[in-house]
Amino acid sequence: MQLLECDAKVLLSRYAVASPAGFVAASVEEAEAAASRLGSGSFFVKAQLRAGARMTAGGIRAARSTADVKIAAGALLGRKLATAQTRAAGLTVTKVLIEQAVQARRAFYLAVGIDEVRAAITVTLGESRSGDIEQLLREEPDAFSRLYLSINGECQPGDVASFCQGANLSMQEAEGLRKTIFGLHQAFVELDASLIEINPLLLTDSGAWIAADAKLSVDDNAAFRHSDLAPLGFDAEADQVERQAQRHQINFVQMDGDIGTVVNGAGLGLATLDMIRAAGGAPANFMDVRTTATSLDIAQGVALVLDNPRAKVLLLNVFGGGMQPCDTIVEGLGIAYRRSVRKLPIVLRVTGNNEDIARLRLANFNLPSTDCSDMWQAVTRAVAIARGGKS
Amino acid sequence: MTVLVDANTRLLCQGMTGWAGTYHTNRMIQYGTNVVAGVTPGKGGRSHLDLPVFDSVAEAVKATGANASAVFVPPAHAAKAMIEAIEAEIPLVVAVTERVPVLDMIRVREALAGSRTRLIGPNSQGVLAPGVCQIGVMATNRARAGSVGVVSRSASLTSEVISQLTAAGLGQSTTIGVGGDPIHGMGFVECLELLLADPQTQAVMLVGEIGGTEEQQAADYIRSVRPAKPIVALVVGENAPARRRMGHAGALIQDAAADVANKVRLLRDAGVIIAPSAHLVGEVMRDLVSKRAA
Repeated sequence: MQLLECDAKVLLSRYAVASPAGFVAASVEEAEAAASRLGSGSFFVKAQLRAGARMTAGGIRAARSTADVKIAAGALLGRKLATAQTRAAGLTVTKVLIEQAVQARRAFYLAVGIDEVRAAITVTLGESRSGDIEQLLREEPDAFSRLYLSINGECQPGDVASFCQGANLSMQEAEGLRKTIFGLHQAFVELDASLIEINPLLLTDSGAWIAADAKLSVDDNAAFRHSDLAPLGFDAEADQVERQAQRHQINFVQMDGDIGTVVNGAGLGLATLDMIRAAGGAPANFMDVRTTATSLDIAQGVALVLDNPRAKVLLLNVFGGGMQPCDTIVEGLGIAYRRSVRKLPIVLRVTGNNEDIARLRLANFNLPSTDCSDMWQAVTRAVAIARGGKS
Repeated sequence: MTVLVDANTRLLCQGMTGWAGTYHTNRMIQYGTNVVAGVTPGKGGRSHLDLPVFDSVAEAVKATGANASAVFVPPAHAAKAMIEAIEAEIPLVVAVTERVPVLDMIRVREALAGSRTRLIGPNSQGVLAPGVCQIGVMATNRARAGSVGVVSRSASLTSEVISQLTAAGLGQSTTIGVGGDPIHGMGFVECLELLLADPQTQAVMLVGEIGGTEEQQAADYIRSVRPAKPIVALVVGENAPARRRMGHAGALIQDAAADVANKVRLLRDAGVIIAPSAHLVGEVMRDLVSKRAA
């Protein structure tokens, strides 16, 4: 769950992480008022989106006067903005953040994240440079210093000092950076973050550290500990289909092909996408029916495939496990087809626990299905149907 | 011989009195696993599935000599349960729970460091030594005892792989699910160490996917030890859309095709045979094993 920059900055301010003076505005009038309250000087008008790469997409605009702020806010508010991290259609800008521009002596990239191999919290610091930060992190890892912290903030003695030294800072500046890092670490743990990224983190002439931007993502698995953050993470434009699937114990990702998939298990779901592509077809979705899904949940998942106008065929690839035998899935399939007017041809491969019972249920439901004995046969059959072959 | 579990495994189940715990404990008992106790805080002294229930892991171990634990505790308390088992010095802990917060897993790994415990999971289907012992939630009807060790990040694909191996006339020594989460207990390398040293295991099947670095680490390890036993790998997910969570939290990636290509290249360079598609793993392993035998 990614938060908006303006919400992230409010949360981080509780951990002594400073950001430029600023106000949120939802209209041009509010933007003008915000600029007047901030006083003279220059400003930034920043589209508030749950996606990065706003700068190159024109979502962050410099303004030298209140009049400029009005123009920039008018150009952003209510418009769709597409960045490298949104879908092509973009996201609607409903809020802008008006901030006072900060005179910086130096600018840094600072991120707090998780190192999966070390099972530690990791802090990454580098001098700000032009270019795509993710590409720089990948291609020039040595340009960044890294620090590894435990949950309690412990690290090897000297690590923080040498980390700050690597940035070539004065004693006073290093102390300020240390406070910012430990503030972010505390925020990271208390908010169950999966990533906090400050890019850029500015060092001013007076030696203050200012977060000019803030990206904060919260671990979805820890949402039960943070009911207060749920409204901040709510995204009105998030894929309704995928959200609906989550409510029914199904991981679902919409894709742009024409072969709808119903699969139990993430690995088998990924393998099914690969096999469809290898056979020359294009998947309409990824689906991973979790073991906790009931037949009624599965019916909802199947309905999502049937409701997709692009889908021409439904490929069901199921390995019945301990918790979720084959007949539960076929039951869900039958319920969905009984409810739906649109009945796509079905190609299925069901094997594992209770597969015989599943075949009996399939016959009872009288579904338009082709039963295949192995996955590849089922996949090639589905591809042929999608291409206009006979079902 | 099998690895991690054998006929002397004495299992306790944390969260046994919940419905998932009850269901799976029953299945494991049916399979022949020697389940000796359940642990549910506040329900100590009761009996469930004809087994004694204890308030704590330490009490259960003291009373029953349990040497392995299966964790069926819901996400909010799963890490606490794992840490309790680690502190009670249980040699093997298998965590089935899905959706454990990632910072909780850092806490668990901090407790695990320097301990006597081996942790499998979380978000794992568990460990199966066919015909000997089942700890976990996997399908068992296709599994047969034999000589292929299986290590996998995916529960559903493990069932598929086991089915294909059995159909190809190849039984399994031990199958291990390391789990689909980014931070977990034992990884591919530790599982490979055990399976390559196990006399019953004559070949190893690695089931990988996009995201994380399990496969890269396995490739480094295999390259350094140059094992005599053949290893086959499958890496799925090259057609996953970018930046989307595909069921496994560990399988989140920016460029899936590049990630799979990189993993495949490193594994192949280390001498691993790559199964070109998920439906071919049984055949590839059978051809490889029969070639070695010839």
